[in-house]
Amino acid sequence: MAAFDASTPRLSIAEKLWSLNWGLVALLTIIACYGFAMLYSAANGSLEPWAARQMVRYAVALVLMLGVAIVDIRFWLRSAYIIYSIAFVLLIAVEVRGAIGMGAQRWIDLGVIQLQPSELMKVTLILALARYFHGLTIEEIARPHRLIIPAILIVAPAVLVLKQPDLGTAMKLVLSGGAMFFLAGVRIWQFGAVIAAAGAALPLIWHHMRDYQKNRIYTFLNPESDPLGTGYHILQSKIALGSGGVFGKGFLLGTQSHLNFLPEKQTDFIFTMLAEELGLVGGLSLLALYTLVFIYGFAIALRSRNHFGRILGLGLTINFFLYVFINTAMVMGLIPVVGVPLPLISYGGTAMLTVMFGFGLLMSVYIHRDVRVGRFGENLS
Amino acid sequence: MKREIQRSTLLTRRALVLAGGKVALLATLAGRMYYLQVIEAKRFTTLADENRINIRLLAPPRGRIVDRFGIALANNEPTYRVEMVAEQAGDIQATLAAVDTLIPLSDADRRRVMRDLRRKHSFVPVSIRENLSWDEMARIEVNTPELPGVSIERGLARHYPFGEAVSHVVGYVAAVSEKELEGVDDPLLELPDFRIGKNGIEKAHDLELRGKAGSSQVEVNSLGRVIRELSRKEGEPGEEIALTLDMALQDLAMRRCGDEGSASCVVMDAFTGEVLALASAPGYDPGAFAAGLTPEQWKELSTDPRNPLSDKAISGVYAPGSTFKPMVAMTALENGVITTDTEFFCPGQFELGNTVFHCWKKGGHGRLSVRRAIKESCDVFFYHCADLLGIDRIAAMAKRFGLGQVLGIDIPGERAGLIPTTSWKKATTGISWQRGDTISCGIGQSYVSVTPLQLATYVGRLVTGRAVEPRLTRKQGIMTPGEAVAQVPDPAFAPLDFKPKHVEIILNGMFGVVNEPHGTAYHARIEDPAFAMGGKTGTAQVRHISLAEREHGLHKIQDVPWKERDHALFISFAPVTAPRYVCAVVVEHGGVSAGEGGAVAAPIARDVLLETQKRDPARRIPDNPLGAGGMVASR
Repeated sequence: MAAFDASTPRLSIAEKLWSLNWGLVALLTIIACYGFAMLYSAANGSLEPWAARQMVRYAVALVLMLGVAIVDIRFWLRSAYIIYSIAFVLLIAVEVRGAIGMGAQRWIDLGVIQLQPSELMKVTLILALARYFHGLTIEEIARPHRLIIPAILIVAPAVLVLKQPDLGTAMKLVLSGGAMFFLAGVRIWQFGAVIAAAGAALPLIWHHMRDYQKNRIYTFLNPESDPLGTGYHILQSKIALGSGGVFGKGFLLGTQSHLNFLPEKQTDFIFTMLAEELGLVGGLSLLALYTLVFIYGFAIALRSRNHFGRILGLGLTINFFLYVFINTAMVMGLIPVVGVPLPLISYGGTAMLTVMFGFGLLMSVYIHRDVRVGRFGENLS
Repeated sequence: MKREIQRSTLLTRRALVLAGGKVALLATLAGRMYYLQVIEAKRFTTLADENRINIRLLAPPRGRIVDRFGIALANNEPTYRVEMVAEQAGDIQATLAAVDTLIPLSDADRRRVMRDLRRKHSFVPVSIRENLSWDEMARIEVNTPELPGVSIERGLARHYPFGEAVSHVVGYVAAVSEKELEGVDDPLLELPDFRIGKNGIEKAHDLELRGKAGSSQVEVNSLGRVIRELSRKEGEPGEEIALTLDMALQDLAMRRCGDEGSASCVVMDAFTGEVLALASAPGYDPGAFAAGLTPEQWKELSTDPRNPLSDKAISGVYAPGSTFKPMVAMTALENGVITTDTEFFCPGQFELGNTVFHCWKKGGHGRLSVRRAIKESCDVFFYHCADLLGIDRIAAMAKRFGLGQVLGIDIPGERAGLIPTTSWKKATTGISWQRGDTISCGIGQSYVSVTPLQLATYVGRLVTGRAVEPRLTRKQGIMTPGEAVAQVPDPAFAPLDFKPKHVEIILNGMFGVVNEPHGTAYHARIEDPAFAMGGKTGTAQVRHISLAEREHGLHKIQDVPWKERDHALFISFAPVTAPRYVCAVVVEHGGVSAGEGGAVAAPIARDVLLETQKRDPARRIPDNPLGAGGMVASR
C-alpha cells in the first residue's frame, strides 16, 4: 500500500482521467440535460436564447471540472487561502464599485461570462475552511479561540454579500460554513452557544434588513394576502406547480409558464416549470438524480484517506445540497423567496462554473483518495 | 495516528448525522410536492385556468324596428374605425402623420391617441378615428401595407334611415348611464360600446331588441394579451319589432305637420286600434343621439320653442275646443237631455247670471238642432246642453271615449290630460264647481285638456261604438300576403252601447262640417265622394281675449305674438260611408299660416286621410310600401 501511495502523485494525466469517477460525470450530464430541455421549453421551443448558450457553458464547465480534478489535491490545499483571498478581493471590488456609484452590480464582466464573486465565494469558503480544519488536531478544535479565524472566514464575506444585498447567498455561506464547523468536530454546546447568540442578534438583523427583504418574509408567512404584490411569485409558483399534477401538462405545454404567469422561469423558478410540464414524476425523478449525486459525494468524501479530502468532499456535497434544497423549497413555498438558482439547471454562467469547479474539487478528492497529506500539505509518504 | 483515527471517526459520525438531516429534508420536499401536485392539484388547476382564461362578451346585433310592411325604421349599419397597435406601428408619430395624409386627423384625435397609448399596453389596439366614411375607409385599406400596425375595424352602429320623420316613435339609443347600471345584472350593459334604448320603441322594447350576449373564451397571458380563442358561443340577435305604422303615411303626415311649424297628427285604424301614423313636428335626428350629441346640438334642441324633443302626439295636452262638441252632444243625447230634434235658439250669446258667454258667430245661429249645431259649431247650443247635463255626466262620458286618461300606447311619455269633475276642482283648488265652469267646459275650453292620441281614439270609439285602444306594435309581425284582415271592429274591444241613431246624427253632423256649405271645414273637403271624410274643427284658446280687445279688433291673429296664438285642431274619419280610418290634427298656435282650426288643421287631415284611403294600409299591402314617387327612398 505504501508503495502505491508513494506512486499516486506521479500518476500520469491519462491515468488520472482513467481513474475518474465517470458515473458521477454521467449523472451531472443527465441533470444538465434536464436543464437544457427546460430552457428549450422556456423559450417556447427554441434553443435561443437560453438552451444553446447553456450547453456551451456546460461544455466549458465540464472541461474546467476535469482540469480541476486532475490537479493534485495538495496543490488545492496549499492554494486554499490564496484562492479564498482572490475571491474575497473580488467581492470587495464589486462592493466598492457599487459604492462609488457604478450601480449595484453583483458581477464583474469578464467578456465571456459575468463573474459573480459571491457565487465563487461559496466554493472557496469551503476550500479555505477545509484547509483550516485539516490543520487542527482534535484537541485544538475543542479550544474556542481556534474557532475565531474560521468564524471570520465565514462572517466577513457573509456580511459583504448581505450588504449587496443578497440574503440567499449570505444564508448559504453561513449554513455551509456551520456545516463545516460541525463536521470538523466542534462541540455541540458551542453550536448551542452560537445559535443562542444568533437568536439574540435576530432583532438587530431584522432592524438592518431592507424593506423588500422584510416584505419577502411577511409574504412568505402569508402569500395569499397580497396576490398581486410581493406574494405574486410564490402564489404563481404554487399554482403552476400544483396544476401540473402527477404526470404534468406535457413538455412545452405548461400554460402558466408559457403565458408568463410564472416569473423568472428560466432561472430561479425553473423547477416550477419542470414540475408543471413533467408533473410529480418529473420533479421527483430530478430530485432522485440529485440524491444520487449527494450519495456519490458522501461516498467519495468518506472513502478519502486524508482529512482534507474528507472534510472538503463533505463540505462540497453539503453546499450542493443546500443549493438544491433552498431553491426547490423556495419554489414550493416552504421558505421565503431568496433568489438561489437550481444548480446545473438554472440559466446562468457563474453558478454553472462554480458548481462544476466544486465537482472538480470533489473529483480531485476522489482521484487522490489514497494520498496522505500532512498538516501543511506536505507529502507524508 | 490514534488521534487521526479519532478525528476521522468523529467526522464520519457527524457526516452520517448530516446525511440523516438531508434525508429528512429531501423527504420534506417530496412530501410537499405530493401535497401540491396530488392533494391540492384540483384547486391549483382551477386557479391556473382562472389565471389564463378570460371570458369576453360578444354583443348581439340589436333587433330591427320595421313598419307594418317591413320597411326598416331602425337597423344596424357597419361603421369603420382606424385602429393602431403601438408595438407593431413602431414610430407612432410617423404613423400618425402617414394616416393624416390619407384622412385628416384633428388635434383632439391626436391628443386622445397619445393619451390612450400611455394608458394601455402596447399590444392593445388604440382607436385613431371613428365613424369613417366609406371613402376614408377605402383610402386606409388600400394603404395598409405601408402602415404597419394600422388596421380598419368594422363595428355596428344603430342607424335610422328615416331620421327625424319617425324619431318620436322609434326613439333612439345612447350609451348606458351609471344610473341604468344599478341593480341590473345584464353584463352586456358594461360593454364599453353598448347602446341602450333611451326613448320611444327603442326604450319600451329594449329588452326584446337587445338580444342575448354571446361569449368567447380566450386564453390570455399574464399581461392580458389574447393568445388564442378556446371556444365561442354566439349570442342571440335581438328580436325584430314590427310597428303598426305605415312609413309612407308617417312621412306624409310629418311633412304636412312640418309645413305648419309645430304640429302633430295621429292616424289610426279604428277597427284594430293600429296607429298608422304618429307624427310630431318638428322631429330630431335620432342618429345624433346614438353617436353622442355635442353641447351645441343639445342646446339647440332643448331651447327650440317648437319643442322638437317632445312627442306632441302623445304628450302634448291641449284644450280640445269645439272638437269636444260631438262628445257633449252624445252625452246629452244618451242622457236624454235632448233628442235628435231638440232645438235651441242662438242669439249669439248665452247669459248666466251676470256673465255673458259668446257664440263665435256674432249675430248668432238662430234656432237649430244638434245636427246643425255640430256642422256650424254653434257654441250657444252646447252651452245649453252642458248646463243641462252638469260637468260630472260630461266627464263620465269623456272617460268612456278615452279622453283625459293614459291609453297605454307602447312608447313612454304619454300624458293623461284632464277631464275635470266637481270633486276634482274641490280637491285641487278648494273652490266649489261653478255653473259657469260647466258652460266653458261644454265647448272644450277652460280646464279640459286632451292629447292628439286621445282625440283620434275618441273618434275611433265614436265611429265603431267600441272602446278601441291605440297600439303601435304588431305582435303578429309585419303584414303578410293573404293575412286575414279585420273587416269589422275588433270584438275584443268592449262595446260602448251608444244608440245607433245618436251615433248616426252626430256622424251626420260631422259629415256636414266638411261636405256642406256653411260647414266649418267645407274648404277642406275631399272632392271624390268615394273618399269623403267627416270631421270637426276646434280652436284651443291659449290666452283669453278680452271683450275690449274683441271690440277693438285686436283679435286679428296676425297681431298676436306666435306663442300666444290659439291652437288649431281637427278630428276626422273616413270614408263617410263606412268609417274606418280616423285622424286627429293639432297645429300649435295656428301654424305658420296663422289660421283657425278649420283653416289650418283640416287640410292636413284631408291630405293624410285621402292618402290613407288610397293606400288602405289596414287591408292590403301596397305595391310600393314607401309611397308614390319613392319620396322616402331619396332620403
